[in-house]
Amino acid sequence: MMPPAEGQNTREITCIICPLGCTLRVLLKGEGVIKVEGNRCQRGIIYAQGEVKPRRTLITVVKVYGGELPVVSVKTSKPIPKDLIPEAMKVISRVSVKAPVKAGDVIVENLLGLGTDVIATRDVKAV
Amino acid sequence: MREMQRDLTIIGGGPAGLAAAIKAWKLGIESITLIDESERLGGVLPQCIHTGFGLHYFGEDLTGPEFAARLIGRLKETDVEVLGGAYAAEINVKPDSFKEVYGYRYGEAFKIKSKAIIYAAGCRERTRFEAGILGERPSGVYTAGEAQTLMDIYGILPGKEIVIVGSGDVGLIMARRFALEGAKVKGVIEIMPYPGGLIRNIVQCLEDFGIPLYLSHAVAEVKGSRRVESVKVMKVDGNLKPIGPGFEIKCDAVILAVGLRPRIELLARAGALIDDATGGPIVNDWLETSIPGVFAAGNVLVVNDLVDYAAEQGERAAESAFKLISEGDLTRSGAKPLIRGRNVRLIVPQLVSCLQDVVFYGRVSAPEENVAIRFEEIGKIFRLPAVRPPEMFRVKVPASDLLRLRCEKLTVNVMRLEA
Repeated sequence: MMPPAEGQNTREITCIICPLGCTLRVLLKGEGVIKVEGNRCQRGIIYAQGEVKPRRTLITVVKVYGGELPVVSVKTSKPIPKDLIPEAMKVISRVSVKAPVKAGDVIVENLLGLGTDVIATRDVKAV
Repeated sequence: MREMQRDLTIIGGGPAGLAAAIKAWKLGIESITLIDESERLGGVLPQCIHTGFGLHYFGEDLTGPEFAARLIGRLKETDVEVLGGAYAAEINVKPDSFKEVYGYRYGEAFKIKSKAIIYAAGCRERTRFEAGILGERPSGVYTAGEAQTLMDIYGILPGKEIVIVGSGDVGLIMARRFALEGAKVKGVIEIMPYPGGLIRNIVQCLEDFGIPLYLSHAVAEVKGSRRVESVKVMKVDGNLKPIGPGFEIKCDAVILAVGLRPRIELLARAGALIDDATGGPIVNDWLETSIPGVFAAGNVLVVNDLVDYAAEQGERAAESAFKLISEGDLTRSGAKPLIRGRNVRLIVPQLVSCLQDVVFYGRVSAPEENVAIRFEEIGKIFRLPAVRPPEMFRVKVPASDLLRLRCEKLTVNVMRLEA
């Protein structure tokens, strides 16, 4: 790959689409993908484009009062930008809920204004 | 002693046992009892709070608790009897007779006589001693599953400076959980020259959090008088023998993700033949062990990397049990052994009747690209872009192909294809 021109940069990412795990060298200008190298199929290019601004489903637990268990497992209803995960964890770690909790209950509404909720993934009965 | 008589007894209420129970009831087996040593069904799923479950089985990306809840919900629509807190102690099978399961529940002994048994007791984690990790015995050494139970069921963080031994998926998942909860993960130590987990987990659990992965390294020793203080890490050579002086990593907890072993003790004591390659029972294409009428499914059969496969095996075992119960017998004669050929570490089932379609689950010994799984004697080929030991291959060979088998064995090779 040519060295990046002014205003461009390269990034190496591992493709996770299949067990080949190609190392993709992505040439970027801002957030636009100019070129992908190292991919052995077209799916690698699509994956690289998605990983310029990667998103992840955030999974953690939230404190529960008065329940059969002291925490409830939660997830974001949609993947959130990866670089906002530390900030999202700060918000979620300050939250607690009262039992009973049902899987699907909204624990945090509109997390960080992202339009994504944090929802419970299991039931915790009240005791 | 409480005595019961049933058509089918299922041992284990994890994904394989639950899927087996639901399927068996749907097929029409009338009296079914499922026993589990825990009061909470779902096996290991309730503590696996990450996503990645059910893409094949439900066509959705679910968390472990959600996957378990779906199956438990379906089970509740059946008349399957569930005995929680029940510990199976012995399986006793007399030829051409009822199969007996002896056990205990709340201090009371029980005996269940049934026409078939599906054994789905899952697997256990290997310990530090099995992995050859020497040194002192301070507190702060946990298996990944124990750490997961503490963190994700009980909300307790077992340490703040973490070293993870083994890069299998459980280890990688726990690395991410620790990092998210504010602990410092100082490294994942992997003895093999390649990672033990799925590529997705290497990227999303380690690279996302900047966690170092030490390939071809081993933890030789745990140090610390009361609490873990450090581990001694050594580089290893191609024969996995430690080389060089090594180095220390300070930490207050060591998390072991050094492999899983099928829980076969009960089966083995009952006389089932065990496969050294899988660590599970040898089964035919009915998923029946060498004890007629006793079937195996899920991680006790073979340590799966997808819960979907465990559930699929549960359903398969249920179909076989139904056939046995309703028709009185299974066609087993002329079963041919599978021979593990080039770069095949394990394959299940180990015997085939060649009279029905068979789903094979296998694992390779070494990573390889541009290959084909080849069933030699029948010339059946499955092309794959790559194979890696951590990623099981699953292929379905139709009966029409198996019927061509004229030899007394069926050899499976991983062949290299020309680029």
